[in-house]
Amino acid sequence: MRFGGLTAVRSVDFTVNSGEIVGLIGPNGAGKTTFFNCLTGLYVPTEGTVSYQGTVLPPKPHLVTKAGIARTFQNIRLFANMTVLENVLVGRHTRTREGLWSALLRGPGFKKAEKASEARAMELLEFIGLAHKRDHLARNLPYGEQRKLEIARALASEPGLLLLDEPTAGMNPQETRATEELVFAIRDMGIAVLVIEHDMRFIFNLCDRVAVLVQGEKLVEGTSEVVQADDRVIAAYLGEPFEGDPAQNEAKAAGTTKGEAQ
Amino acid sequence: MTETKSPATPPADATPTTATRGLIGLPLPAARALLLLGGIATAASAFLAWTWTSDFPGDLTVYGYPGGLQWLTFVAGVLTALFALASYGVRGLRWLLPARNNAPLVLTALGGFGVTWFTAIEIAAKLGGLANWEPGTYIAVVASLIPVIGAFALPQEAGESTKETLKAYIAKPEAIPAPQPIAPWIQRLIITIVAALGLGVFAYGIDTQYGEIFIGFLIVLVFAVWALHTAGLLDRFSAMVADNRSFTLAMGFLAAIAFPLTQTDDHYANIGVNILIFGTVALGLNIVVGLAGLLDLGYVAFLGVGAYTAALVSGSEFSRFSGVQFPFWAAALAGAAASLIFGVLIGAPTLRLRGDYLAIVTLGFGEIFRLAVNNMDGVSGPDITNGPNGIPSIPDLKLFGFNFGEAHDLGGFTIGRFANYYLLMVLVMALVVTVYRRAADSRIGRSWIAIREDETAATAMGINGFRVKLIAFALGASLAGLAGTVSAHVTYNVVPNPYQFAGAAPPNSAFLLAAVVLGGMGTVSGPILGAALLYLLPEKLVFLQDKSLLAFGIALILLMRFRPEGIIANRRRQLEFHETGQLDVPETTTLSDEPAVTKAGA
Repeated sequence: MRFGGLTAVRSVDFTVNSGEIVGLIGPNGAGKTTFFNCLTGLYVPTEGTVSYQGTVLPPKPHLVTKAGIARTFQNIRLFANMTVLENVLVGRHTRTREGLWSALLRGPGFKKAEKASEARAMELLEFIGLAHKRDHLARNLPYGEQRKLEIARALASEPGLLLLDEPTAGMNPQETRATEELVFAIRDMGIAVLVIEHDMRFIFNLCDRVAVLVQGEKLVEGTSEVVQADDRVIAAYLGEPFEGDPAQNEAKAAGTTKGEAQ
Repeated sequence: MTETKSPATPPADATPTTATRGLIGLPLPAARALLLLGGIATAASAFLAWTWTSDFPGDLTVYGYPGGLQWLTFVAGVLTALFALASYGVRGLRWLLPARNNAPLVLTALGGFGVTWFTAIEIAAKLGGLANWEPGTYIAVVASLIPVIGAFALPQEAGESTKETLKAYIAKPEAIPAPQPIAPWIQRLIITIVAALGLGVFAYGIDTQYGEIFIGFLIVLVFAVWALHTAGLLDRFSAMVADNRSFTLAMGFLAAIAFPLTQTDDHYANIGVNILIFGTVALGLNIVVGLAGLLDLGYVAFLGVGAYTAALVSGSEFSRFSGVQFPFWAAALAGAAASLIFGVLIGAPTLRLRGDYLAIVTLGFGEIFRLAVNNMDGVSGPDITNGPNGIPSIPDLKLFGFNFGEAHDLGGFTIGRFANYYLLMVLVMALVVTVYRRAADSRIGRSWIAIREDETAATAMGINGFRVKLIAFALGASLAGLAGTVSAHVTYNVVPNPYQFAGAAPPNSAFLLAAVVLGGMGTVSGPILGAALLYLLPEKLVFLQDKSLLAFGIALILLMRFRPEGIIANRRRQLEFHETGQLDVPETTTLSDEPAVTKAGA
């Protein structure tokens, strides 16, 4: 993926198998979100393809979602003036077919489909624990619940692969742990999860595999132990040790905070 | 003057809230007595003569019964007195003041004061001096001031400054006690009464013969509705409506049909039918703007396409196809279909644009339509629309042997030509309202709102943004085209001129958009109310004619400042327990920076 002369993501080959939780980490500006945007068709990749279950996906967001890849956003993008239930119902869009005519004529098929959609949406709200707030506006939810609602909305499109862009950003430790449980539960539903995160403890607890992206290139991919032990990863986050630098320790400390806080 | 009996004895519990003082230092019993007596005196003063000559609009010279503007003073006085009695806690009237707050009293008193003083000042200004005041006028002027003094003497917790205190006087309380459960048949009775009242008020407003009376009508109406709003009665009523939705729709429909029966002059039915046409088109625009969030500045062109299509196939001898005369159903379908095609043609290239770009391109296309029909006269273009002369002498509709051009007698009532068209337009509007409501509450409606809220997220949820927007655009266009087919017959002719971006009289794109924004985006009743207001104001206030655009500009700015969601707030806004600001959330707004519950004002 290139923007003018800047190459944001370069030859990242990446596979997620079903029933797997894969982490994608990297310092700020490494190209993680750009990579996500390429996957979901928000950006049209300059080169390369995205394939899902063997078929190459066209770079159109709605077709990608239809094929079975759903995502959340780094800075929450809910439909602020819609209710919690309506937000999830919008997520059902690709799995329902009722068009304008059936909406105007209101045949039995329409009513059945609406009812089924609502039942499924309520199931998902039950699953994330927001069923009691179904008629609240999304904008009035507290931050943590907005994050959860975004996940429910993505799940409503019945994806085979769920892309989570920093699901725990801004959360406190308890909420982070709850999100962890939620992601495990989603995996147990048979959905593969690809997650971007800066919280290393979260990532290494959660993921079967972790890939490290640095300056738009994949540095290393493997289990937590492999990644944690890799010198290049440490270098990417903390910088190369500089011989004889008197301020070496301070620099290290600063680098750590920068890497993990976001 | 009828200084009637002293009211029922004040109850023991004087104030429900803290014992704070009023702006005007009077004890509470005195303040309430002033309100009640002042209200009664104001109403009574309407029975006196206010001036000596009948030159002033509405005959105000008669002792014994009110005339013209005096009726409005009378109504305001009675309302004040009723609220005053309710504040005493009189049995049977307590429901008027569920929260026992001051605001309804203050507002009704101000309404009576406003309309009475407006009349008195108009008399002096119009006839030249205070010499034209009769003793009755002096009495009315003083009498209408009394309740205002009483209202501001009511105890009210003082704000930090006088301005804050004044605001507190007219503020709606945060919590309004939940109503007693009401039996369903009483609820329906109330809805029926409100529908009848609404019809009466609407008919009165349309029938006002002079600008002065219309202004007085607006003053009383605004203050009365505001008072009911602050009393919490409107909220209770909308809750009732929500429980009896189909019954309310039926009653509203009946009231709309009954309107021509209240009219003796077909001229007012003409106003009615024009309001309906304007309102129907505004409702169609509301799908595009209110639901899908697409700012369309050239919308009136679709009305024009429908009108021209109907005119061409109407059998008018000036039509290019003068031999062709479609039956109405076919003409209506043709008009809607032509608008639909036009909408898709315009939408397909432009809907890929977002926000401001779309607005500018639609503005351009709207003007292109007008210029095109202006030039298709056989000289500078193909001979289709007859150029600036338009297509005149469009014959009246005939439907199942029913001639719309003739007056019909119906059980003692005469239904004139415009009343016929009015009834047809009621059916068209009922259809459009049904289409709007059903479309809004469905998968496609939700995807429109999702696109409006956040297009990127919507496409990431699998919504084909372009397709969905094109459907909204085409649906809105065809509804406008449908209204256009009727409007061509109502006005006898079609000319290019009204279908412009902005003009002094509706319909034009700017007025349509203003009707939607003013009334309330995304609601059904909002655009209709907005259309009625925007049509009636230039019609009634003749003296504003050349400055009406300026006046509307100012009115819109004021409205956007004080009530950005429009007169009638969207259901979403009501769900939004407290107000947080604009209806449209800018694309970049992150939700997280807003506290979950915001403190709010009205």
